[in-house]
Amino acid sequence: MDDDTIVCRCEEATVGEIKQAIREGAVDVTGVKRRTRAGMGLCQGRTCERIVMRILSQELGKPMSEFEPDTVRTPVQPVTFGLLAEGAHD
Amino acid sequence: MREVDLSIVGAGPAGLAAAIEGAKRGCSTVALDMNPRPGGQLIKQIHKFFGSREHHAGTRGIEIADTLLHEAESAGVEVLIGAEVYAIHDSILEVAQTFGGDSPPPLSGGATTSQSRPLSIEARQIVLATGGAENALNFPGWTLPGVMGAGAAQTMSNVWRVLPGERVLMVGAGNVGLIVSYQLLQAGAEIVAVIEAAPRIGGYGVHAAKIRRAGVPILTSHTVVRASGESRVEQAVIVKVDASWGTVPGSEEELDVDTICIAVGLRPNARLASLAGCKFDYSPSLGGWVPIHNTRMHTTVPGIYLAGDLSGIEEASTALEEGRLAGICAASSLSKGHVGDSEEIEAIEERLLSLRSGPFCQRLQDAKQKLIEIGEAQCPKE
Repeated sequence: MDDDTIVCRCEEATVGEIKQAIREGAVDVTGVKRRTRAGMGLCQGRTCERIVMRILSQELGKPMSEFEPDTVRTPVQPVTFGLLAEGAHD
Repeated sequence: MREVDLSIVGAGPAGLAAAIEGAKRGCSTVALDMNPRPGGQLIKQIHKFFGSREHHAGTRGIEIADTLLHEAESAGVEVLIGAEVYAIHDSILEVAQTFGGDSPPPLSGGATTSQSRPLSIEARQIVLATGGAENALNFPGWTLPGVMGAGAAQTMSNVWRVLPGERVLMVGAGNVGLIVSYQLLQAGAEIVAVIEAAPRIGGYGVHAAKIRRAGVPILTSHTVVRASGESRVEQAVIVKVDASWGTVPGSEEELDVDTICIAVGLRPNARLASLAGCKFDYSPSLGGWVPIHNTRMHTTVPGIYLAGDLSGIEEASTALEEGRLAGICAASSLSKGHVGDSEEIEAIEERLLSLRSGPFCQRLQDAKQKLIEIGEAQCPKE
């Protein structure tokens, strides 16, 4: 896979950047995310998370079962601040 | 704050079945679905099911969805559409509900429009039936318009009646790849090829035979290496794969296509389950990380059940049965069970076993068994 192939399309993080993050010490999805922003866009890693796991698995020589998904946080769907504020009055 | 006995997240086959069983037992039941039309994947399934009569053999998926919805409404289920659950804490679901009549929601998700309203629902029991999500495949050019999940292409074609392209390369020869290829053919597209990295076709022989008869080549041991085009896909390059999954030099072939559909498997859509605090186990046969559950479809979190593809990628028939099981068990934990429920549960378990029997499903049955064994040790008992 070419290093300039995109992994996270929301944040435009590439294969090369993910590999670089792993060389710099990232050992899990969260580590890669903190260094490259992969998984921090609108879709919150919905598309790229598994690709990131596969690269981690290949680069670190460990099975896929070693790599857990990133921590899920509210909101799990894109919502506006307006909606959140309105909800707070209930 | 709305208060209900039972709230179901996802009104596909699993969710609707759970809602029906819950409501039939006297639970006040709300089923939430983020889409403008309930039924989950069933509303895209224009083909007839096969198998046994009790699993709707000979009926089209879309008709099964109508039947379920009708049953749900007569049982007293309140089905809310355009309802996205964006948070779950304790027994409360935070929902963004979009009101938009019959028009399709904006592609980025309905909740970003000003028509969305918040709704909080406190449910005594919750069944998560959030389904599966398509796996992506990245290769140079995969972000070009025209590269999409096979399920997305199926939604465009069968729900919105929009042909995603005219010349299609299908990547993956599992059931999804084969069925969507056939449906796109029926809708008027040309399927230039179906390619599969494995040396064998993964889906059923009947589905493969249908598209072969229509002249579509199915190339096993092939993968896509590149897509190119000015402002959208114009070409795809495919290549042979050897026994150790390496590409064979000199075997590259360029295809003129405007659409590349990716059908390389599904995984449980488990974000809400994760947010709710459910524990997971890794099971490749079930699609990857799957929430742990016991024989009663109860997760590791008290009051939270699950059913369908969320509990491991399978089919609509198993989703229906799991949904029934979850609905009955959730009702019985509220002391609303029916006399005869234990016989009903036994019958469902037998049907699930028969659905998962046969050489095609052995791995699946074993994986499910292992997950349930972990669940029996870790999930709360009623």
